[in-house]
Amino acid sequence: MIAALGLLAGIVLGLVLQPDVPLWLEPYLPIAVVAALDAVFGGLRAFLDGIFDDKVFVVSFTSNVVIAAAIVFLGDKLGVGGQLTTAVIVVLGIRIFSNVAAIRRHVFHA
Amino acid sequence: MPESTPPRPPARRTGRQRLRDAALGRPTRGHVLIGLLLAGVGFAAMVQVQSNERDDEYAGLRQDDLIRVFDGISASTQRAEREIERLRGTLEQLRSNTSQRQAALDQARQDQAVYGILAGVLGAEGPGIRITIEDPAGEVRASALLDTVQELRAAGAEAIEFNDAIRFIAQSSVGESAQGITVDGELLTAPYVIDVIGEPTTLADALVFPGGPKERVEEVGGTLVHEQPDLVVVESTVEDAGTQFANPAD
Repeated sequence: MIAALGLLAGIVLGLVLQPDVPLWLEPYLPIAVVAALDAVFGGLRAFLDGIFDDKVFVVSFTSNVVIAAAIVFLGDKLGVGGQLTTAVIVVLGIRIFSNVAAIRRHVFHA
Repeated sequence: MPESTPPRPPARRTGRQRLRDAALGRPTRGHVLIGLLLAGVGFAAMVQVQSNERDDEYAGLRQDDLIRVFDGISASTQRAEREIERLRGTLEQLRSNTSQRQAALDQARQDQAVYGILAGVLGAEGPGIRITIEDPAGEVRASALLDTVQELRAAGAEAIEFNDAIRFIAQSSVGESAQGITVDGELLTAPYVIDVIGEPTTLADALVFPGGPKERVEEVGGTLVHEQPDLVVVESTVEDAGTQFANPAD
């Protein structure tokens, strides 16, 4: 309940405040958001599986975001930032899909 | 995916039940933390979405992406410039065609006017003289009129008209009938008035030399006078008959 409210509050806050993204963050924010979404769906799946753990979720969330941003940062330094961004998005996208599939089985039994 | 083997058998709860319990149950510290994290996700996602929609598409691009974009733009610029060049050429060509055509058209119109006047299908006006032949005795013959016309033609007459009604052209004929002189089959009544467009002095000279039209008319008791109005107007025309047998030879 609180989690859903928190998500809603974040969305509303972002809509209302409309802050500018700092330039140095601009390439990493979309990756970080996708990585966080992956962590959220993974956590939801674990919750439905009954193996959810607060600590694990927080750690996985943070590390997901940090690692995704770090990979893209490294890619930028190596001159393959665009390609690595695509790679990270693809991998996270696949994970999100598989997590959502598991969630769907739990929720709809189908 | 493990279909659903609950890791804690005593609970034996399904995912749905867990979800419901969590939604209705008492919030714990962990819940609050997760809520905060999710708020962060939502916030970041919205910020990203909005900056994505607000910014122009080039902000935040990497250097090589920008170079690629720039290359694409310069290539399309070059393409557009070539296209402009080509279209300019076409425009130039069309313009010169048009002006050539216009010149030819102007020339043709002018020719049409000239030949129309000479052939008698167009009215004409200009300098010239007006000849009046009085014939109280009725002795002026067709041949005298014809000679007059020939002299006028030789003197450069460009348009000749009898009695303000009959246009005298190259094919016109002068004849005599019981009633009098006919031109192109139409009866002429005295006094004979001839309007002539041409150089006035030359035309006047053509009438008065020894043995000329004036003397011939006066020999048979008539009079031939000419005046020189500012403007001679020849309004009568002939039907444009066209040619029946002759075609232009290339």
